[in-house]
Amino acid sequence: MTSAAESVSERTTPADVRRADICCVAITDGFRDDGEILANPIGTIPTIGVRLARRLYEPRLAITDGEAMLLNDTPPIGQPGVVEGWNPFRRMFDVVWGGRRHVVMGASQIDRYGNQNLAAIGDPAQPSVQLIGFRGAPGNTINNTTSYWVPGHSKRVFVPRVDVVCGIGYDRAAELGPETAKSHEIRQVVTDLAVLDFATDDRRMRLRSVHPGVSVADVVSATGFDLAVPDDVPTTRMPTAQELAELRRLDPDGLRYREVSAA
Amino acid sequence: MTTSARTAAVNGKIRTEDEVVAQLSDGMTLGIGGWGSRAKPMSLVRAILRSDLRDLTVVSFGGPDVGMLCAAKKVKRVVFPFVSLDSIALEPHFRKARESGEVAATEMDEGMLLLGLQAAAWRVPFLPTRVGLGSDLPQVWPELRTVRSPYPGPSGDEGEELIAVPAIHLDAAIVHVNRCDADGNGQILRADPYFDDLFLEAAKNRFVSCEQVVPTSELTNGHPVQSLRIHRLMVDGVVEAPGGAHPTSCEPDYPRDEEFQRRYAAAAREEDGWPRIRQEWLRDCADHDNRTTDNANTQERKVLS
Repeated sequence: MTSAAESVSERTTPADVRRADICCVAITDGFRDDGEILANPIGTIPTIGVRLARRLYEPRLAITDGEAMLLNDTPPIGQPGVVEGWNPFRRMFDVVWGGRRHVVMGASQIDRYGNQNLAAIGDPAQPSVQLIGFRGAPGNTINNTTSYWVPGHSKRVFVPRVDVVCGIGYDRAAELGPETAKSHEIRQVVTDLAVLDFATDDRRMRLRSVHPGVSVADVVSATGFDLAVPDDVPTTRMPTAQELAELRRLDPDGLRYREVSAA
Repeated sequence: MTTSARTAAVNGKIRTEDEVVAQLSDGMTLGIGGWGSRAKPMSLVRAILRSDLRDLTVVSFGGPDVGMLCAAKKVKRVVFPFVSLDSIALEPHFRKARESGEVAATEMDEGMLLLGLQAAAWRVPFLPTRVGLGSDLPQVWPELRTVRSPYPGPSGDEGEELIAVPAIHLDAAIVHVNRCDADGNGQILRADPYFDDLFLEAAKNRFVSCEQVVPTSELTNGHPVQSLRIHRLMVDGVVEAPGGAHPTSCEPDYPRDEEFQRRYAAAAREEDGWPRIRQEWLRDCADHDNRTTDNANTQERKVLS
């Protein structure tokens, strides 16, 4: 593990590629084979990553304008597009419960099986920190594919045990049985440091790749539980020249660098 | 006089905010339409702030409606899937009320609130769903029950166990839309109607505030019939409230007042911040709020003439 960490941290990032670009492309790779489903990213980098996937790899993906419209083209974030459909929140539940969707949610806390908390820190009856609420996390995770985006990888987020389970992880899904949990899948967790997945025998979180310039030790020390760490951890791939050009078109104002500012 | 005008003359649905709030009582369960900091019936919320009402259970896809009612100590319990100011993720006045233990919570998934309101509207005791299974919702919502499907599973085995979302009955509901006629036929011109019609259908006493009361014949003039989300069968009272969603958005009439919202949020961190921002808001909206019942009646006569 030590040698892998060293070899990774020795690599350098080309000057014209920043960490946020790598995060966008890592999100993109999670949607490449999804087919004709609704890609529903929450957050700036997930939105850019999904639009990149739609533009270059999976044109069948359906995307929204962030509100009630489905877009036929792939405009830069924040700009209007060609409307192909109407998807107000009422319709969104039809899509979620029908299963034809891949959502990227945030997580205030996440544990080794992918249980996620958005609701409260402390005792939920009288929380020490009242967070936003359960939102759609229980329904999303049991009905369609879910990925997570964590722009600040830290022990505050990656915890041994979440205070409230909103989005359900693989241990909870397994207890429900194959029929009830048939649509449960946590595709990946992308952070500002690494890409993680659950490709282990017991569905524990695994370190799939570390971003260029980040060591395995950096990720392990920012994670509050024992990650599955393979002997040889690859480096998250760099964007291609075509992807970089497309990233500049999709986000001309560089909003992605506000979400992840690292070089 | 048209047929719809005659209906309005008989039913007399035009109200002021204070007349609506006079029909509410302590301890009621009140549903509030809109979503986050969007399309909230805030002139009715102001009227509640001015009233002696207390111990409300508020059901809401929550925004500053929830935060303000909590700050004003009008609330016993909030039933919610989230409370957010959208451009400010967490509602600081709501947070304060929750973290101090002043206000109890019934938390749920967004889709569960849809199902609970739908069950009440359809007058069935519950609706089944997989939503919530495996999560901590049954722990934080101890009344929540499951139900076993009476039908066999796909391989002929025992039916699936599902969450039974209970009907969420509302004593009253308040929503804000763009336009409405005097009968209560409401028109939503924003892109997303949210769940305003369902809130009304789940409630015993149903009130719509609107930017503008218009003659019925003008409703479909230049707007698709699909924008008529709210029918007079679902409405007991209509309040004309131009600017009535402030500081939340009422697209396409106006966006959210981000500047006011920032000051409102910041007030949660200041000593006496809430009474100060409350007073400022009530003062700035006084021109609208000081309309009397007589004015509302004049408005009704004007619309009907």
